[in-house]
Amino acid sequence: MTTRASNDAFVEFERVQKSYDGETLVVKDLNLTMPKGQFLTMLGPSGSGKTTCLMMLAGFETATHGEIKLDGRPINNIPPHKRGIGMVFQNYALFPHMTIAENLAFPLEVRKIGKSDREEKIKRALDMVEMGRFGGRRPAQLSGGQQQRVALARALVFEPELVLMDEPLGALDKQLREKMQFEITRLAHDLGITVVYVTHDQTEALTMSDRVAVFNDGVIQQLAPPDELYEQPANSFVAQFIGENNTLEGEVMEVRDGIAVVRLDDGELIDCKPVNVSKPGERTRVSIRPERVEFNKSRLKPGAHTLKAEVMEFIYMGDIFRTRLKVAGNDEFIIKTRNAPDQVRLEPGAQIEIGWLPEDCRALDA
Amino acid sequence: MTDIAQPLTTADGKPLKGALMRAQARARRRAFLLVLPLLAFILITFVFPIGQMLYKSVYNEGFTWQEDVTTGDRTPIMTNLAAWFDANPPGTEPNEEAYAALAADLVVLRELKAPGQAGTRINYELSGSRSMFTKAARSANKLEPPYKEALLDLDKDWGNPDLWQAMRGASSSYTLNFYLAAIDRERDADGSIVMVPENRQVYVKLFTRTLTLSLLITFLTFVLAYPIAHLLATLPLRHSNLLMILVLLPFWTSLLVRTTSWMVLLQSQGVVNDALVGMGLLGDDNRLQMMYNRTGTVIAMTHILLPFMVLPLYSVMRMINPSYVRAARSLGATSWTAFRRIYFPQTVPGIGAGALLVFILAVGYYITPALVGGADGQLISNLIAFHMQKSLNWSLAAALAALLLGGVLLLYWLYDKLVGIDNLKLG
Repeated sequence: MTTRASNDAFVEFERVQKSYDGETLVVKDLNLTMPKGQFLTMLGPSGSGKTTCLMMLAGFETATHGEIKLDGRPINNIPPHKRGIGMVFQNYALFPHMTIAENLAFPLEVRKIGKSDREEKIKRALDMVEMGRFGGRRPAQLSGGQQQRVALARALVFEPELVLMDEPLGALDKQLREKMQFEITRLAHDLGITVVYVTHDQTEALTMSDRVAVFNDGVIQQLAPPDELYEQPANSFVAQFIGENNTLEGEVMEVRDGIAVVRLDDGELIDCKPVNVSKPGERTRVSIRPERVEFNKSRLKPGAHTLKAEVMEFIYMGDIFRTRLKVAGNDEFIIKTRNAPDQVRLEPGAQIEIGWLPEDCRALDA
Repeated sequence: MTDIAQPLTTADGKPLKGALMRAQARARRRAFLLVLPLLAFILITFVFPIGQMLYKSVYNEGFTWQEDVTTGDRTPIMTNLAAWFDANPPGTEPNEEAYAALAADLVVLRELKAPGQAGTRINYELSGSRSMFTKAARSANKLEPPYKEALLDLDKDWGNPDLWQAMRGASSSYTLNFYLAAIDRERDADGSIVMVPENRQVYVKLFTRTLTLSLLITFLTFVLAYPIAHLLATLPLRHSNLLMILVLLPFWTSLLVRTTSWMVLLQSQGVVNDALVGMGLLGDDNRLQMMYNRTGTVIAMTHILLPFMVLPLYSVMRMINPSYVRAARSLGATSWTAFRRIYFPQTVPGIGAGALLVFILAVGYYITPALVGGADGQLISNLIAFHMQKSLNWSLAAALAALLLGGVLLLYWLYDKLVGIDNLKLG
């Protein structure tokens, strides 16, 4: 967990706790700092506390302990309508009895902005999301993607510095979702706004964010840029949750020169990078990404430990081959190889040996 | 590839279009047969009697036809008088010829034993005239010309121009006079439409009272039901179920039981008054009069009709996602503005449905005002019942009911114009 008491902190959570029933904590001791202009994603399974955090920031839930600061100001006691935070909801929450233009006018009207000013801002916001022609329509007359764009425009039209998004792309189909991911990041970057984005879709989190906070059980498991999160997961939850991952269980034999030797449960030895282990005798869960597994011996370092594996299933996926192996008693071990001209297609039943660079294999908590 | 110019055919070579149409017609016939029992039931028990009733409001043969109860033979009566009315315009002074026609008709009435029937018909419009017919028919055989003097000797009221106008109106089976009576109008001796004397004006006053009380009750149920419905829609299911039962419990209780319990509560020696006196808020000698007047009708009917407002409101409010109000708040609206501009407009279809339902029910309400209304809290339906059961003037009752029905349909049409009937949500 990274906690920096930096001066450029725009959004700050300080030792924030939240409990609904007074017995169990939904959010446990949350500390988070983000600078202005950053795109931060809260990622986690449902019930992990990410949406609660967003709602506390928006002002719809109150923190039972701790302080939330916006631009250096504590906002715990400021009602939602005075926080000036734009928000995009999962179901868009476009007012069904108003036209698109009226929807966008709403935040400006309650701010008592003059009519001509208002119209100009609405036009600019709608043009920004390429919905300029739809001002006179009702939300029900728009497709899901169009409603999403309008919801975005409405959250941006009053020029908030902070925009919250609660799984805004959840209801869209895959293609539209990818297009919108790109557009949201482009808009956020162009306008220089700070975004807190909640999702349970890891691809979305990885492709859009500057930093990702992985939530589980009310605690931030890791807060890091996407590449760091994927390549250097801090614990086995993050390793499992982000991307595809192979795990093998075993016991640490020795830790030396930044390399841990782990004896797997069936007795074989492998080399790993120690992350959450420090001394011999500890139980560990070893994590290897499928695309970092190598079965071509010439590409392995001399003397590297190798494991025997049996090919269970070969799946052709177009750009890649996905092969399921049985390794050290685990028959869900996946390797991925690129569909290159010289690539070997492994036959089910074949006996092979696999290995990897020690730095790609991380010994995490059990 | 299929050749497009070639008509499509079924597997055995028949044209596909015809085959499809036959199949659809079969399905339609089957669907119609399924709804037939209900359709027949509605026609026989609902549409036909209502049509019959509405017909009675413009058709009354009390002064034109006599039907023998045992044989079913129908004989025209008062034919001579009807002929004289046809030959002379309204306002003509009845001459000897007219009295002769009347005398001849009275002889027929005596033979048919029908003077009571004809007298009753005239009595609807001019009270006290029934006995004149029975008396005159008894001595009809002994009448001698000049008939005018003979009849005036029997009863000088035979010269009353209003009586002649009433007989003229009744001499045709089809008449709009009952509608005139239903809005406190009548025809004077010249046949022009005038207000009835002030002491007999009741119906317009009652219609107005019915409408204003119904509007008041609709408004009161709205004010009371809106917060309850909101609570029902937003509370967690566990609590809202209990609240729902509390709303529905009176709904399931007999109407009579609920009305009589209001009588227990509201009467001057009742629970509410006793409590107020007991708390010292009220002196024992000036207990509140909450029963047998308008107050009683309004209180009891508001309570009884409350669920009809709560349920449509609840069904609409339950569908309003709480994120709308949250969105409004996050966009900078105070909670009042969010309610006024975002929440309330979305509940309008429920308000419309509830108001329409309560208003229509209130306009035709009968039992409650009859029991707790006293003289002051009677509604138009109580008067319709009176004419059905006591005065037996079914035509007038039908005319009153038709006006009520027309009024409700008019309001329904107005609602459709203003709000739109597709916006109506009953649940």
